[in-house]
Amino acid sequence: MTKKFKAAIIGPGNIGTDLLMKAMRSEIIDPVWMVGVVESPGIQRANEMGLLTTTEGVDGLVARFDECPVDIAFDATSAYVHADNAAKLNALGVTMIDLTPAAIGPYCIPPVNLNALLAAGEVNNVNMVTCGGQATIPMVAAVSRVQPVDYAEIVATVASDSVGMGTRDNIDEFTRTTSGAIEKVGGAKRGKAIIIINPAKPPLIMRDTIHCLTEGTPDQAAITDSINEMIVEVQKYVPGYRLVNGPIFDNKRVTVSMEVEGLGDFLPNYAGNLDIMTAAGLRTAEMLAETWYAQN
Amino acid sequence: MNIQGKNVTLHDMCLRDGMHPKQHQISIEQMVDIATALDDAGVPLIEVTHGDGLGGASVNYGFPAHSDEEYLRAVTGAVKNAKISALLLPGIGTVDHLHMAVDCGVTTMRVATHCTEANVSRQHIQRSRVLGLDTVGFLMMAHMISPEEVIEQALLMESYGANCIYCTDSAGYMLPDDVTARIALLRDKLQPETEIGFHGHHNMAMGVANSLAAIEAGAVRIDGSAAGLGAGAGNTPLEVMAAVLDRMGAHTGVDIFKLMDVAEDHVLPILDEPVRVGRDALVLGYAGAYSSFLLFAKRAAAKYGVGSHQILLEMAKRKTVGGQEDLIEDVARELAQRQS
Repeated sequence: MTKKFKAAIIGPGNIGTDLLMKAMRSEIIDPVWMVGVVESPGIQRANEMGLLTTTEGVDGLVARFDECPVDIAFDATSAYVHADNAAKLNALGVTMIDLTPAAIGPYCIPPVNLNALLAAGEVNNVNMVTCGGQATIPMVAAVSRVQPVDYAEIVATVASDSVGMGTRDNIDEFTRTTSGAIEKVGGAKRGKAIIIINPAKPPLIMRDTIHCLTEGTPDQAAITDSINEMIVEVQKYVPGYRLVNGPIFDNKRVTVSMEVEGLGDFLPNYAGNLDIMTAAGLRTAEMLAETWYAQN
Repeated sequence: MNIQGKNVTLHDMCLRDGMHPKQHQISIEQMVDIATALDDAGVPLIEVTHGDGLGGASVNYGFPAHSDEEYLRAVTGAVKNAKISALLLPGIGTVDHLHMAVDCGVTTMRVATHCTEANVSRQHIQRSRVLGLDTVGFLMMAHMISPEEVIEQALLMESYGANCIYCTDSAGYMLPDDVTARIALLRDKLQPETEIGFHGHHNMAMGVANSLAAIEAGAVRIDGSAAGLGAGAGNTPLEVMAAVLDRMGAHTGVDIFKLMDVAEDHVLPILDEPVRVGRDALVLGYAGAYSSFLLFAKRAAAKYGVGSHQILLEMAKRKTVGGQEDLIEDVARELAQRQS
């Protein structure tokens, strides 16, 4: 399959640049635009990599859209501007992959619910939840697809150096969005999310603990198989997604702990929390593209 | 040491930090009984929350016997003069919990972060201040960084609106000189109207000595708990602190004999096990690990057949921070594998 679907990346910061480096390797997504609001190293880097660039934000992209139209836009800016970006680009028929906490569109954890979203009809905006959500909700879903989960709780421990000011200024948004998606996407009746930031040097690799309380006695064999299958699904786009401990069964509690090591494209390896966001964003784009390709 | 004539606000922790050794199972009746006794003894501030703060109810830290809201409503409705505080750790609790606590009658909000991560507390401190609460920035595990680094973080919390900054010795690691260095620099660099507080743990039996050092260096709020009920070897025993302060001529407004009665007749009877400087607590303080890891390490040690103090040493070596209880089982399992 030659590259069929063109994409813009809005936000040339660390996330946008890491996403660009991953997208350059994609067989089906062709990154063609990098959109910023000022001249920056990220814009310069994208230029050097042969992308079209604008420093006039999404308006700059809209004005020059015909030079090189795109099917998909990744928004790696902030929740405050996402709605505006999405409205302008949706009007041009562009599907938005939202890496901000804005969450205008439905939550998307690719191996868990993207196929269901696509089957339900046209999607023009999907939200990538949070780093903690991407790392843990596949495990919640792996349990809840075997048997009902009354309560699921995740603890994400991340390196201080990998947590930007956006998250720090509104850490409640992480807690709320992640716990909401544990219920809506993970399938738990009640969800809770905890984030711990650790400043140790060298920085620690992202670590996640997932606790599920099942309604009945957990079916240990079926849950273990389901978890192992789900890990393989996530490893397709995050090879460093590893089981550290578990599943541990204790009455109705099922506990799994995971480590998420990033690919180290532009972000450091320990920042698996950021890597899993960009990788999941790209994975979403690829799954959308494959669906469109099959339809044509 | 001369602290003659200084005014010190004593803040009791046994209904919050004391939830750790009680595995968050203090009953409403016990809470109300202890709170009213503390109130009657003239203790001006009493903290009531899950051990890990508002919203701490979880598989990870333990589900409490009652919700924060139930505890808070019961206690605020029962005390006459004492003010009630709540603890909030951003990342665990949210502004929603803060609003709930205020609705229950909490008037002091203590927003706690790891000592290097103060900038996650902005939204909570600002909100608390807007609501007119006595707002405290609580820098945990403050032994892990230099006094100069503590100041940087304290200035952030002050800039968000905290009217009091705490140097918190969550691991009970500090010795009096460590406390003096931090508190003196805080007193020097923060606004004169910003109060300074110290929260000690008794893991190296330094609770009272460290608190005195803090007062001498400029702290005006001191945390402790009746009978020392708190995580690790407990907090600074409040009745001892009050008696020492009385002898030194500092003013607390507390009736020391009534406070002794609270410790002896109300708190001691509810202990599941003695809160003392046992080997595990001493290792917490000696090596510098978060005090509430203690019972988690004991349970994991029993399950994996390794020493709980070895687990705690390893947790300290890995430079873990408050809240990383979920790592304890992994560490125990790894130690067991290494032994076999």
